Amino acid sequence: MDRFVFLTFDGLSRGAVYAAFALALVLIWRAARIVNFAQGAMAVATAYAGYSVASATGSYWLGFAVALAGGLLLGAAVERVVMRFVDHSSPLNGVVVALGLVLVIQAVLGMIYGNEFRPAETPFSRDAYDVGGIALLSDFDLFVFGAVFAVVGLLVLLFTRTAVGLRMRASAFAPDVSRLLGVRVSGMLTLGWALAAGVGSLAGMLVIPTELGLHPNAMDIVFVSSFTAAVVGGLDSAVGAVAGGLIVGLLLSYVSGYLGATVAPMAVLVLLLVVLLGRPGGLFAHGKERAA
Amino acid sequence: MTAVRERETTAAAIRREHRLRKHLALTLLAAAAIVALTYVLPPFRNYQLATVGAYLCVTAGLTVLVGLNGQLSLGHGALMATGAYTLALMQDADPNLPLSIAVAVLVTTAVGAVVGLAAARLRGPYLAGLTLAVAVVVPSITSTFDTTFNSDQGLSVAVDPPPLALGYDFPYERWQAWIAWTGALLTMLLLANLTRGRFGRNLKAVRDDEAAARLAGINVGRTQVIAFVVSAACAGLGGALFAVLAQSVSPGAFPLTLSLFLVMAIVIGGLGRLSGAVWGAVLLVALPASTHSVTDSIDVSPAVAQRLEGNLPLAIFGVVLIVVMLAAPGGIASLKERFRHEKSKARARRARRAGPDNRLQ
Repeated sequence: MDRFVFLTFDGLSRGAVYAAFALALVLIWRAARIVNFAQGAMAVATAYAGYSVASATGSYWLGFAVALAGGLLLGAAVERVVMRFVDHSSPLNGVVVALGLVLVIQAVLGMIYGNEFRPAETPFSRDAYDVGGIALLSDFDLFVFGAVFAVVGLLVLLFTRTAVGLRMRASAFAPDVSRLLGVRVSGMLTLGWALAAGVGSLAGMLVIPTELGLHPNAMDIVFVSSFTAAVVGGLDSAVGAVAGGLIVGLLLSYVSGYLGATVAPMAVLVLLLVVLLGRPGGLFAHGKERAA
Repeated sequence: MTAVRERETTAAAIRREHRLRKHLALTLLAAAAIVALTYVLPPFRNYQLATVGAYLCVTAGLTVLVGLNGQLSLGHGALMATGAYTLALMQDADPNLPLSIAVAVLVTTAVGAVVGLAAARLRGPYLAGLTLAVAVVVPSITSTFDTTFNSDQGLSVAVDPPPLALGYDFPYERWQAWIAWTGALLTMLLLANLTRGRFGRNLKAVRDDEAAARLAGINVGRTQVIAFVVSAACAGLGGALFAVLAQSVSPGAFPLTLSLFLVMAIVIGGLGRLSGAVWGAVLLVALPASTHSVTDSIDVSPAVAQRLEGNLPLAIFGVVLIVVMLAAPGGIASLKERFRHEKSKARARRARRAGPDNRLQ
């Protein structure tokens, strides 16, 4: 029972990060109908930048801010410089270009930092508090929950309460009509990419210290888990992405706790397969999803 | 009425025979050229030639799947790993190379059928995501069942030396090139015949418009599964040949990057043409080799050189891929057509410009 409680809290903490990362995928999918396969590589790149600044200045929080700002900038740059010019007649094109970006980003990181794991320190302790003899949560877990909760809250506020959010939703839903009504649709698209990449960077900063550390490929498996989370929730649904993230986090935690850590990736693959074949619209889909 | 139909079927049969004969002739010609080449090239180049052959099996199969059928697979590296590990285990039990290769192809085909059945129901990014997950997850299986697969160290592959009938001093690399290219040319012959006929038309019809294909009486799902199975078999053969060439298998040899490289290679080579697969296979070997010689020639510290060497091909592949996708989605193999197209357009422009003058005279 103790173990179950510990694994549950651990899973929720992991799941919060997957939720944030899945949310980033959903943001771009809703805005541009592209699954950003470069999201993981982009997050790693900003995490490297963040940790470089942190070790140069000695301030983790400065590095953290640099990583998030870098994410916003990188997202906007990727949209403006590359993704904008992709021919969308086939959905394959966007995917293939994103994969090209993955190769470029990982290669540049490898050239600058080398292809070995580098330690990534955390701003808070990762030692879990004992409550009645059961190890529950660490300060870092609380920080993860707080950060993800804040980001989700801010995004909800942005999309439901502000004019910019309304314009973004309008440009995604009916680009031509929005353009006629004076919305700068292309600007909204860039903003969507920037926000998504920013959220992705946050997720990267939260998940990299809990795994093996900084490495150009550090987010590959995180990407797969988060993609699964986004699919579990239905690629179109932000609420679904958060729920899907928590489901995947719990599953991973239980599987690696009870069956061994090496089985966890296979559990993700099986979950992805089952959901895609059983409910391709996601567990929380209501109404018909739009075509890719 | 029946006479007309009979005549049509005879015409089709004659066409088929023509095609088969043409492909056979081309294959024999290519085989002769390869054999001649292996006698000219030094051992290391022969090894590279063999590697091109092994890659060609995979890129040809992937071209059929992605280019002709429009299903993107990012998991072919994992399928190669399946073939390679099967071959290693078979060779360990009984070193009969043709049998081991056949079993490796069969096992990979079975795995491909499972993935293909799922893939046929998925589209666009969903399919890409699932196959990406396959590519990332499958290498980790070697750690889960480490008693069989020996985890990260992998397995060694025992391969017999070339038969004595070829002579005592027959270079091993030449033998490797022969093995690899036997597989590659057979693959090309089979795929060329498969994709030219009715099945090839079905593949393209499904790629271009599923609804129209279904209306024309094509079983869309079955066509997609068969395409995946065929391309998985090719990947299995390629993987098995890789294990033979490297004489070892380990999960590190089949990272996600390999799967991405394969997709890059066929996209850059040219989707939808088997000739694009040849270009892609050559690129996969030539690009890392040429960056190796570049990093050798510039004067930097060994550590920096090592970083550059490992990552420069990735960067070049990525950049070229993005540029190709944005500028020429048809790839290298389409450049000739594009060039011809541009020339005829230029001629038309010249004709238009000359037009009014002619009338004035």
